[in-house]
Amino acid sequence: MRPFTFERVRTPAEAAAAAARHPGAKFVAGRTNLLDLMKLEIETPTHLIDVNGLALDKIEPTADGGLRIGALVRNTDLAADERVRRDYGVLSRALSAGASGQLRNMATTAGNLLQRTRCPYFYDTNQPCNKRVLGSGCGAIDGFSRQHAVVGISDACIATHPSDMAVALRVLDAVVETVGPDGSTRNIPIAEFHRLPGDQPHIDTVLRTGELITAVTLPKPAGGAQIYYKVRDRASYAFALVSVALVVQKDGTGRVALGGVAHKPWRVEAAEAELPKGAKAVAAFLLADAKPTDQNAFKLKLVERTLAAALAQAKGAQL
Amino acid sequence: MSKVSLTVNGQACDLELDNRTTLLDALREHLHLTGTKKGCDQGQCGACTVIAGGHRINSCLTLAVMHQGDSITTIEGLGTPEKLHPMQAAFVKCDGFQCGYCTPGQICSAVAMLDEVKAGIPSHVTADLTSHPQLTTDEIRERMSGNICRCAAYSNIIEAISEVGRGEI
Ligand SMILES: Cc1cc2nc3c(=O)[nH]c(=O)nc-3n(C[C@H](O)[C@H](O)[C@H](O)COP(=O)(O)OP(=O)(O)OC[C@H]3O[C@@H](n4cnc5c(N)ncnc54)[C@H](O)[C@@H]3O)c2cc1C
Ligand code: SF4
Ligand code: FES
Ligand code: FES
Repeated sequence: MRPFTFERVRTPAEAAAAAARHPGAKFVAGRTNLLDLMKLEIETPTHLIDVNGLALDKIEPTADGGLRIGALVRNTDLAADERVRRDYGVLSRALSAGASGQLRNMATTAGNLLQRTRCPYFYDTNQPCNKRVLGSGCGAIDGFSRQHAVVGISDACIATHPSDMAVALRVLDAVVETVGPDGSTRNIPIAEFHRLPGDQPHIDTVLRTGELITAVTLPKPAGGAQIYYKVRDRASYAFALVSVALVVQKDGTGRVALGGVAHKPWRVEAAEAELPKGAKAVAAFLLADAKPTDQNAFKLKLVERTLAAALAQAKGAQL
Repeated sequence: MSKVSLTVNGQACDLELDNRTTLLDALREHLHLTGTKKGCDQGQCGACTVIAGGHRINSCLTLAVMHQGDSITTIEGLGTPEKLHPMQAAFVKCDGFQCGYCTPGQICSAVAMLDEVKAGIPSHVTADLTSHPQLTTDEIRERMSGNICRCAAYSNIIEAISEVGRGEI
């Protein structure tokens, strides 16, 4: 690990000022991703700004009937919140499908959104990887690509975004609230928060240098049956091969987002009109532009089947 | 270097550490509490599990300097050879280990896990999100998935945890 200086901050303004003072700085929250990457010298901040002292660990109702989730709310606490369990079940389910009990006790809402890909070439500093070193090439495209993305890919990168929580937030139309180093605030719809790789795969999100996430807001409850269906190589404590976040109403209308298939949570609103027709039609629409490799082409069928399973579970929940 | 003061197993400790020191290395290398084990050093095995402020965490994925003022419990703080913690006693009774390397992490994790169930925190296998979770075998398996046992002593580990859980929950 490279040496770094360390500072604790108490207010978002202090955090912003610290970020402005130290160009090589990074915020640190639950540290479950950043510290891992620092040990491997994939992340090399020269200064760490500990944001755990910011009072951003509350979940509060918003004026329009939604919830405002502080950036520092732990994944365990968010999954366990009574309102989230009752009104945003897909979010509670997605959170408890991720990582382990220990990790969820540490991981925060903001950190979870900003976790980096688990592409093994990204993690192995002996391998080429455009996300780690832009221009070095992509080890995965002609390598082991079983876990990788099938839609929204580029010639530079086929990595997936590993977060389960983000897939649920996408289906719930969450908004990410931030404050910049100059004190200016932004509300970023989750749909626009994560990027596709294009020719700049080293940039995961639209967050700017030194910009601090303060909260994630949820609109008023979407109702319906809410399902998070995750398929992985072992029953627990593994990242998704494919996951489906689903909200379906009694009349068969609804929303769906996919995890494990793209560089961001994958949702195509127009595909949702196909929901009453069933999984095959929706999956075909969602994956119309898919460009899988030989090794991950199975994900196309797996998406359809996982969606079918999620729809069946939703039907069961509505009986 | 930074100064950090924390309470470990009830004892106040003042340390001056390189900022890069993980909580795990601070416990093992600086405080010589070698009960907590290093398996993977990347959050994937759970051998390093300790209880910080009542919550189980992976001590390999956190920095000691980020625990200023915190209260940490390690396996050494749960019980003593003369007076075992009920979970330690149950692991011995049920033969919940072979080589023992994962055991301190398993026990710390299990103790805090039972508190999570008591607090009503749901898990991936909890059938109904709006009701209080029960301590079934499936729930124990899922909730303990962050602790890997290379010797695969899982069935006896689950037995030990169920036994303590039955008494408590
Ligand atoms: C073994 C293992 C298994 C896992 N399995 C899963 C899984 O199945 N599903 C899943 O979804 N996740 C999984 N995870 C990932 C885990 O969910 C993330 O590591 C965690 O959510 C990151 O949150 P954190 O608070 O620890 O972030 P940190 O590591 O503290 O930070 C991550 C990034 O966010 C930035 N950051 C943090 N807070 C802010 C803020 N307020 N504003 C701006 N930037 C900020 C940091 O600078 C850093 O770049 C797993 C992790 C491990 C180690
Ligand atoms: S898929 Fe992306 S992250 Fe993986 S090696 Fe290629 S460029 Fe790197
Ligand atoms: S040593 Fe910490 S999880 Fe493996
Ligand atoms: S007893 Fe040997 S690793 Fe668990």
